[in-house]
Amino acid sequence: MSEPLLDVRDLKVHYPVRTGGFLHGAYTPLKALDGVSFDLKAGETLGIVGESGCGKSTLGRAVLQLLPATSGAVAWLGRNLTELDTKGLKAAREHMQIVFQDPLASLDPRMTAGDIIAEPLRNFRGSLSNTEIKAKVKDMMARVGLHPAMVNRYPHEFSGGQCQRIGIARAMILGPKLVVCDEPVSALDVSIRAQVVNLLMELQRAMNLTMIFISHDLSIVRHISHRVMVLYLGKTMEIASRDALYAAPRHPYTQALLAAVPVPDPVKARARAKIVLTGELPSPLNPPSGCVFRTRCPRATSLCAEVEPPREGPDAGHDVWCHHWRAPTLAP
Amino acid sequence: MSSLNLTSTHAGALEAAAEVEGRSLWQDAWRRLRSNRAAYVSMIILAIVALACVALPYALPWAYDAIDWDHVEAMPPNFELGHYLGTDSVGRDLLARTLVGGRISLMVGVLATLVALLIGVTVGAVAGYLGGRVDQLLMRFVDLLYSVPLTFFVIILMVMFGRNFILMFLAIGAVEWLTMARIVRGQTLSLKNKEFIEAARASGGSTFSIIARHIVPNVLGVVIVYVTLTIPQVILLESFLSFLGLGVQEPLTSWGVLLNEGAAELEANPRTLIVPAVFMTVTLFCFNFIGDGLRDALDPKDR
Repeated sequence: MSEPLLDVRDLKVHYPVRTGGFLHGAYTPLKALDGVSFDLKAGETLGIVGESGCGKSTLGRAVLQLLPATSGAVAWLGRNLTELDTKGLKAAREHMQIVFQDPLASLDPRMTAGDIIAEPLRNFRGSLSNTEIKAKVKDMMARVGLHPAMVNRYPHEFSGGQCQRIGIARAMILGPKLVVCDEPVSALDVSIRAQVVNLLMELQRAMNLTMIFISHDLSIVRHISHRVMVLYLGKTMEIASRDALYAAPRHPYTQALLAAVPVPDPVKARARAKIVLTGELPSPLNPPSGCVFRTRCPRATSLCAEVEPPREGPDAGHDVWCHHWRAPTLAP
Repeated sequence: MSSLNLTSTHAGALEAAAEVEGRSLWQDAWRRLRSNRAAYVSMIILAIVALACVALPYALPWAYDAIDWDHVEAMPPNFELGHYLGTDSVGRDLLARTLVGGRISLMVGVLATLVALLIGVTVGAVAGYLGGRVDQLLMRFVDLLYSVPLTFFVIILMVMFGRNFILMFLAIGAVEWLTMARIVRGQTLSLKNKEFIEAARASGGSTFSIIARHIVPNVLGVVIVYVTLTIPQVILLESFLSFLGLGVQEPLTSWGVLLNEGAAELEANPRTLIVPAVFMTVTLFCFNFIGDGLRDALDPKDR
């Protein structure tokens, strides 16, 4: 296929954390994201899943340059965003937007819905008159399922789902190419989730959006994504097309995650294999040697402690970072 | 047919529906403030006092600096001569002097606070939002100014530039913005990690527009409370400087000057102390009640 829209290479985000003494402690890097690579084609959705604290949100923000990357490259249409100056970055931002997790916190409480949605227009389309902006805002509100008559309402007068629609309208109004959705439905009621996810998919089809969809809900990721990436402690465990990942996961962590997805039918639920991971997520300040997952992996061997697993995989487009990916699927 | 009509009318009504007016947090706060009786009454009293200070002196028979040569002495209230609250020890009308003094005191209070507001909010928001070295630099500068004693500072200014009304604004403004800057900086620090600021950055907002459009409106609630509590503080400060003889010059007067003169004659003529003291106390109480009311109105955790 064509050249990728977004090409992320070995992206690292480390935070210096002071360990030791109060006055003269040494800094240890907290590896929130440690060498993640992927690429995205136009119109594709990449789902990113993982536990809390595995670096999902950090990845989304680092791609958009909302967080400074420690090293690595984020190539957007062949240009490396990490090296752009303020002006170049602003120009690039026109095409990349983000939808946040907490719908209310992501809206300025002192601005009306109309002003919030219009803000990107005012930043990038300064030549538009107020009436044009208003028309565009109302048009966008209708597209995301908000009544245009509510332009003058304030965020606290909307429900969570409506607030998230405002957030989506703000992200979509410039007609971006890439949208990072950082757990857009986690804070919503289950009944509203489906609506918002379907809205996102609809907009994606209509606008040919490329999306990075971050979530810890595997069912929603399966519904919306073309490809899925599994993160653990700032590193990629497995990346594959949706069907391959859900049908034949190769990494023991992915297998464990999938086995933990609730199944509505209790008969099926009882019948299926359970994989219980023991232990806690290790501290990213002091990650395990070799494979970071080995402390909780049922397949861990001495090799895992010594050598970091290379990128391998059953076929092109399905990559696994595990020494034992050829072993049969885990089942107790 | 009727049902079909209904649906189409309904759709038409939706299309044509006028924009619903939202109620902003400010409007909510204003409603809460008005339902606070102490604050509401204080606002009315304060308005009356301010209006009287501005307009009433023109309507009085005696100007504030006119000496009643027939009665060059402290005289009790005398309605026939037009001295409604009597005169001071050199025969000037006390009511006129108190009202004109109130003009000066209120003006110093409001203007110096506005100066403090402008500098404090700018410095605080910039320091808090940019952080890092800029923050360090600005805040250490604030610390430095904090360490200069006010009276000492004013006396130096007077010695260097002579007695000057504007110097008082400068001196008071230079002290009062420091606390404002610290408050705003603290608020900004907690605001800048909120998601809506991140969203503004993602939408391509420049640093300046984010501070002006998102940070400042959101810290204003806290700042306004502080402003209403700063105004009386400044009025007191001015009185204190005038009391020391560093304030306004005769025959111009202020509440601080009047209190000073009244205190000198406390035994012979307590009226000359009581009249300006009542005016000033009422005003200060009003400001404090309004400040309290505003805090209650703006605080209830936003929504």
